[in-house]
Amino acid sequence: MSVKERKIPAPTVYPETQVYWEAAVQGKLMIKRCAACGEYHHYPRSICPFCFSDKTEWREAAGKGEIYTYSVMRRLEIPYAIAYVTLEEGVSMMTNIVDCDLDTIRIGQKVRVVFRPSDGGPPVPMFAPI
Amino acid sequence: MSIKGKAYIAGVYEHPIRRADDKSIPQLHAEVAKGVLADAGLSKNDVDGYFCASDAPGLGPINMVDYLGLKVRHVDSTDIGGSSYVMHVGHAAEAIAAGKCNVALITLAGRPKADGMATGTAPRIFGLTPDLPFEFPFGPVTVNMYGMAAMRHMHQYGTTSEQLAWIRVAASHHAQHNPHAVMRDVVTVEEVVNSPMISDPLHRLDCCVISDGGGAIIVTRPEIAKSLKRPLVKVLGAGEAPKGQMGGKLDLTTTAAAWSGPAAFEEAGVKPADIQYASIYDSFTITVLLQLEDLGFCKKGEGGKFVSDGNLISGVGKLPFNTDGGGLCNNHPSNRGGLTKVVEAVRQLRNEAHPKVQVKNCALALAHGTGGSIGTRHGGATLIMERE
Repeated sequence: MSVKERKIPAPTVYPETQVYWEAAVQGKLMIKRCAACGEYHHYPRSICPFCFSDKTEWREAAGKGEIYTYSVMRRLEIPYAIAYVTLEEGVSMMTNIVDCDLDTIRIGQKVRVVFRPSDGGPPVPMFAPI
Repeated sequence: MSIKGKAYIAGVYEHPIRRADDKSIPQLHAEVAKGVLADAGLSKNDVDGYFCASDAPGLGPINMVDYLGLKVRHVDSTDIGGSSYVMHVGHAAEAIAAGKCNVALITLAGRPKADGMATGTAPRIFGLTPDLPFEFPFGPVTVNMYGMAAMRHMHQYGTTSEQLAWIRVAASHHAQHNPHAVMRDVVTVEEVVNSPMISDPLHRLDCCVISDGGGAIIVTRPEIAKSLKRPLVKVLGAGEAPKGQMGGKLDLTTTAAAWSGPAAFEEAGVKPADIQYASIYDSFTITVLLQLEDLGFCKKGEGGKFVSDGNLISGVGKLPFNTDGGGLCNNHPSNRGGLTKVVEAVRQLRNEAHPKVQVKNCALALAHGTGGSIGTRHGGATLIMERE
């Protein structure tokens, strides 16, 4: 693992997704579920991208999932693993895989959410192997 | 209404420059506009439709039409990244069929090389998009987004780095004959897989070049095309589609070509097996492989086998592709390779490709572009053309 840490740019918080980032400060991963069609979606929207209902609700995710795909960026000073993790709730989210040797990451690997501080903004959800 | 046979590509031009330290972007646009009008045998005053995308500075057509001194009655600056210009040909054909213009000029230009842009490894932001807070903190850059698509395809279908390397090898075989190509050396599979890893599993030689320059296309109505002295290249069909993360139900092994391709083939009334030459967007080797599958040149998952053993090399394989060397070896002006895809397809149909790579009696060609990022959101545009 690299001793130097990559600086994480702060996400911009908009009213539509304020709940998501407030929960992140509490260490909770929220996802949106549509009360009309029952589907989860990510990234979060106020209007469901599947049925266009505005009855979308915040739910706390279990925070567990598996790696759908990843790529280790080796060209920059501090290598890092970008990934999509498919949550137990069925949606995939972009993230980083952390707290492990980057060369041991595998697609299908089980992971859990860990929050990491951003540079002047709320913490962001990353994932570590279980 | 269909655009089939309603419009012809009367002019194409690719700027020979690959590093433009002493030229501005608008100047490059003007140079390719001048070049394409000369190729078509038309003059500036014949142009009554203008198409560009966000590589043109300012408010696109407003600034460019003024700068170029055009008098037009139809403009379109729809941007779907590097595939915009493939789509613009279809849009121009629509406008011509609807009587909105007679001679459409499409231009592209840029100078990322002169500006020292780290195209593949530096973050790129396209405005305050709703996805940005949920992606930007994690360091998405061009090459790791395509890397993720490649990793998934390898996992799902057993595709190998050696198979991807064959795409670069084929491009290099073509580029050796192109005096303007940025990289003209023929490479081997071993050289590709042994080049430095940029972002897993993409090596340096899986990535396209960074280059300056641009290109332009003239689309016109049949009567005008037939009055000119150039070989006739007819637009048969076009398709376009954006594809994203689908609310989190992700599929990185399929591109928008799976939607734009069938639409174009249906309009053209031809099948993938009929295509004699294909220009396939090649920002990375994986881009080519996914698009070939999605366009129906082979089954999903069998792209690795399809591209191997020189199957994309002109005169050797079944589907000659990117005979100018493509974005991988020749040119990727403004980090947008769609326009040059159309240019080389037209050269093939006119029998004006380099003799070493010219497809014999090439009468039916396809150009396909992918713009944006396969790892997140991208646009696909397919164009099918016929020599008359």
